[in-house]
Amino acid sequence: MIAELVIFIILGIVAVSSAFAVILSKNPVYAVLFLVINFFALAMLYLVLSAQFVAFIQILVYAGAIMVLFLFVVMLLNLTGAIESLQDKLPAQRWLAPALGMVLLVEIAVVFLSGFFAQVPEASELPEGFGTSAPVGMLLFSRYVLPFEVTSAVLLIAMVGSIVLAKRRP
Amino acid sequence: MLVQYLPFLILFIVAVAFSGGAILLSRLLGPKRPNPVKLAPYESGMVPIGGTRRPFHIRYYLVAMLFILFDIEIIFLYPWAVIYLTARAARLFLLLEMIVFLGVLMIGYIYIWRKGALDWE
Repeated sequence: MIAELVIFIILGIVAVSSAFAVILSKNPVYAVLFLVINFFALAMLYLVLSAQFVAFIQILVYAGAIMVLFLFVVMLLNLTGAIESLQDKLPAQRWLAPALGMVLLVEIAVVFLSGFFAQVPEASELPEGFGTSAPVGMLLFSRYVLPFEVTSAVLLIAMVGSIVLAKRRP
Repeated sequence: MLVQYLPFLILFIVAVAFSGGAILLSRLLGPKRPNPVKLAPYESGMVPIGGTRRPFHIRYYLVAMLFILFDIEIIFLYPWAVIYLTARAARLFLLLEMIVFLGVLMIGYIYIWRKGALDWE
């Protein structure tokens, strides 16, 4: 239990500090690489939560595939020298971003203070093999079968959307 | 539960320590006599031409995006395949569910094909 807590705290520090590094990096390529570290820390946090399947999918899909896409987008946009001009184009963002961030912070505080987490049941012993692909599949194809099918529609929309945007004739 | 992932953690630490240590030690112990030729980016022995930060063609993005979408599709096949062997009574249901899922994505696949997004022009 103590070991788990120590691992959790270390991973939390890594996750939070790499997330700060993402938003504070001036160079977008560095920001993306810090995001890789963040995704790995999150994957290990999932492992601590016994969500083994999700943890490995996090590494495979997020740290592997989505990072490549992020790097492509950074290179596509060619942001060298564009950051200052973007700041000029969106002056309202400077005030809007902290304001909306505060709204989110207040919301989180309200959830914590409202006793929402008091309703969460006590931790119980997990069944054998919890979080591996078989129990995840059992849940996915019984209780969550509708969200699973809706996922295919979401993926289809993403396909059509990316083609419509990228294949547009100038 | 977590103990079975200890080898992964050890491997991860060894990998980080090895790569980080190699960079750190060569920085600490290696002689530093820089000159403009040494500091130039290595480009297969050629004299570097221009910067690396030039815009890529949009088709790279399209291929990466479509790859991710089909990657996510494959992810859903893993838990399905694992429980398909053990689920005896519900096999027909599982098969139909997966056919519907793949069928919707197949519409997208045909759309991509017909739109010529898979051609490299």
